[in-house]
Amino acid sequence: MSTVDYTQELSVIEGKPPLRVLDDLISKPIDAKPTRKFFIALTISGSMLSLLVIGLGLTFYYGIGMWGNNIPVGWAFDITNFVFWVGIGHAGTLISAILFLLRQKWRTGIARFAEGMTIFAVMTAGLFPLIHVGRPWLAAYLFPYPNQHSIWVNFDSPLLWDVFAVSTYFIVSLIFWYVGLIPDFATLRERTNNKIKKITYSIFGLGWRFSNKHWQHYEMVYLILAGFATPLVLSVHTIVSFDFAVSIIPGWHATIFPPYFVAGAVFSGFAMVQNVLIIVRKIFNYEHIITLDTLEKMNKIMLLTGSMVGYAYAMEFFIAWYSGLPIERFTFVNRAFGSYAWAYWVMISCNVISPQLFWSKKIRRTIPVMFVIAIFVNIGMWFERFVIIVSSLSRDFLPSSWHLFTPTYVDFMILIGSFGFFFTWLLLFTKALPVVSMAEVKATVTGSQPSHKDH
Amino acid sequence: MMSGKILYSYTGIFDTPDQIMHAAEKAVETGYTKYDVNTPYPLHGMDKAMKLKPSKLGYVALVFGLSGTLATLLTIWWMSAIDYPIVIGGKPLFSFPAYVPIIFEVTVLSAAIMTVVSMLFFFFKLPNNSHPLHGTEYMKKVSADKYGISIQADDPKFNEAAVKKFLESVHASEIIPIYWDEEEISHKNKILEPKFIMFLIVVAVITSGVTYFSFNKLMYMVPFDWMMNQPKLSAQQQSPIFADGFGMRQPVAGTIARGSMVYQFKGQPDLAGVKLVNPIPISKESLALGQVKFDIYCSPCHGYNADGVSRLRGQFPNPPSLHSDKVRNWSDGRIFAVVTEGQNTMPSYASQLSFDERWAVINYLRALQRALNAKESDVQ
Repeated sequence: MSTVDYTQELSVIEGKPPLRVLDDLISKPIDAKPTRKFFIALTISGSMLSLLVIGLGLTFYYGIGMWGNNIPVGWAFDITNFVFWVGIGHAGTLISAILFLLRQKWRTGIARFAEGMTIFAVMTAGLFPLIHVGRPWLAAYLFPYPNQHSIWVNFDSPLLWDVFAVSTYFIVSLIFWYVGLIPDFATLRERTNNKIKKITYSIFGLGWRFSNKHWQHYEMVYLILAGFATPLVLSVHTIVSFDFAVSIIPGWHATIFPPYFVAGAVFSGFAMVQNVLIIVRKIFNYEHIITLDTLEKMNKIMLLTGSMVGYAYAMEFFIAWYSGLPIERFTFVNRAFGSYAWAYWVMISCNVISPQLFWSKKIRRTIPVMFVIAIFVNIGMWFERFVIIVSSLSRDFLPSSWHLFTPTYVDFMILIGSFGFFFTWLLLFTKALPVVSMAEVKATVTGSQPSHKDH
Repeated sequence: MMSGKILYSYTGIFDTPDQIMHAAEKAVETGYTKYDVNTPYPLHGMDKAMKLKPSKLGYVALVFGLSGTLATLLTIWWMSAIDYPIVIGGKPLFSFPAYVPIIFEVTVLSAAIMTVVSMLFFFFKLPNNSHPLHGTEYMKKVSADKYGISIQADDPKFNEAAVKKFLESVHASEIIPIYWDEEEISHKNKILEPKFIMFLIVVAVITSGVTYFSFNKLMYMVPFDWMMNQPKLSAQQQSPIFADGFGMRQPVAGTIARGSMVYQFKGQPDLAGVKLVNPIPISKESLALGQVKFDIYCSPCHGYNADGVSRLRGQFPNPPSLHSDKVRNWSDGRIFAVVTEGQNTMPSYASQLSFDERWAVINYLRALQRALNAKESDVQ
């Protein structure tokens, strides 16, 4: 295991399995009846989800006052969760689009799953801007539609850019995902003997017939979508960071925010994908499709983005000092040594220190250790957003309005519930759809492409 | 083979990608045009082997992407600079840099949606689940791990024997004819099937039911009722807190709220003219307030200049001019009595104008009167 020859391109799929075996392996979780383990997992995530439902019910009935938010800390757990979950989504698009453009074949085993996680993460994230307005059924006001007030939305506002960025991101990710799923639906349609399944797969497979006249356009469209998704994924967290950077709150008004946020998003996204994939490959026996090499490459990306995030933390401090603004200096000293210092140091140790362990190849390839590190990264990235939002807001320009934020039980219910929401979708996804792209994986097996010997 | 069945194509199955590439090249060489190669995943170089033209979907993306860009730019410009111009943060009405994010997002969105829609529904003519290749052994194999070629019967060079021979010559392992299904040819109008009509009815009932419930019931329930339900007392409501059970309270006995002086000269306008003194000195503020109130309450009948030029176009009797000697010689208190109680067809304005406002109106009226009957000394 320790002697990997980096001069040779590694085979994505270990061994040379017959293609039909791959089909069987990938569609096994869909064909088989749910196991007890699955139901236990679903019960846990469902219980967490019910916390969300109760938390949201209390919030809608009694109002936002059920949360710990106050003036000046008008954004707290809600927006922290939003930024956290949008960030989780970014790994999926990075894997499916950017790595596709870079011809990184190792992505094929994990792309479908990561794209699925993108969609569920964006759905989870989308909850928060909606609920933090208090009356989410009025959210249609966010879109510029001709209305009885004959007034339009404010196109100068980053919050409106956010509406467009996140909804575009969700729709394009969904399209990208579905386009990738069409051939797999067709494969499933041909495999199954169950009448209801056949009808379902026929509807979603659209009557795909594996024609090479279609594959040609299909590959072109996949390339175009990847080309669009690449700037899109960079733009989404850039625009999320504008929510902060365009305002003038000390600690937010910084030009480093867009790259810093994008790196952080990829960082936390890869950590979450890695965590979930380690469980999935174990449960579904996908060790030969989602290989240790793939996990190692993901760890390397975490090391890179983690270092970028660490650099950004240091640069924020430097700029605060270099700017010469007393309030800016105070904000950063307050972050490290003020009321929320504990959150700051949790963030630093989880985000900056723990990924540095990935310099060691042994750690990069040891599953239990990397699993724990990735969990730390996720905790750290949640705290990063918490520190940015709450520490800045609680100590703004006017000392007379300073106020600390203390979360209430409803805040925690919604936080835990958001994980329940995400994982419930994910669990249903593993039973309903192929979590690995059959067509893409088959195309990367050794010997599956023509040898071009007579050319 | 069997009569009554219409042949769609002859198919051959291959085991390796190299074989199918070879077969595709040979099919082009032989001159077949209506044929297809079916493989479980895209094969590199197959478009060259089949001599397919490059995909034009890139242009679709370009055209729809740019249309999205332009449409968004124009829409935002029209909304923020033309239709409802509001200055925000001191920026220009058309502040382009702020619009870049949204223009970019809509560009990507429209290009992505339209490219995929064109590919699936216009280039491929999907969904098409009644294609003759569906439900065949051939499709089962090429969807999993085999590679197949299908030469269609409507190809100009199609000849059963020759095609069979061709497929043998490229070493196809299974050579099977594919026929149209009866159902696929008959083209029955499936829209009129009872199942589909039932489906439509169910959808209609559910949609209208949900819509009715949302707008007529849900919007009157907590918390969707626009904060109608609040823990507070409205006017006229009962309250158990007070002994008399009323929610509204009376003023403390023997007191009068500020500005709520009782008018003491009811039915005695002449007495009011003698006794009442204008407590509001003429000032810029008083005249400004008087003008506002006069223009709102008095001018519809009396005219903006108090000259009796009514704007009611005869729908209500025209009052006389207020520049008459009679009115000019009235004391402020006498005019106050008219405003408070009304006179002839003029109603009382006591509920529209407070005491101070009435005096301000009178001050303003005095200014108007003086403007039309200026003394020599005013000009100096």
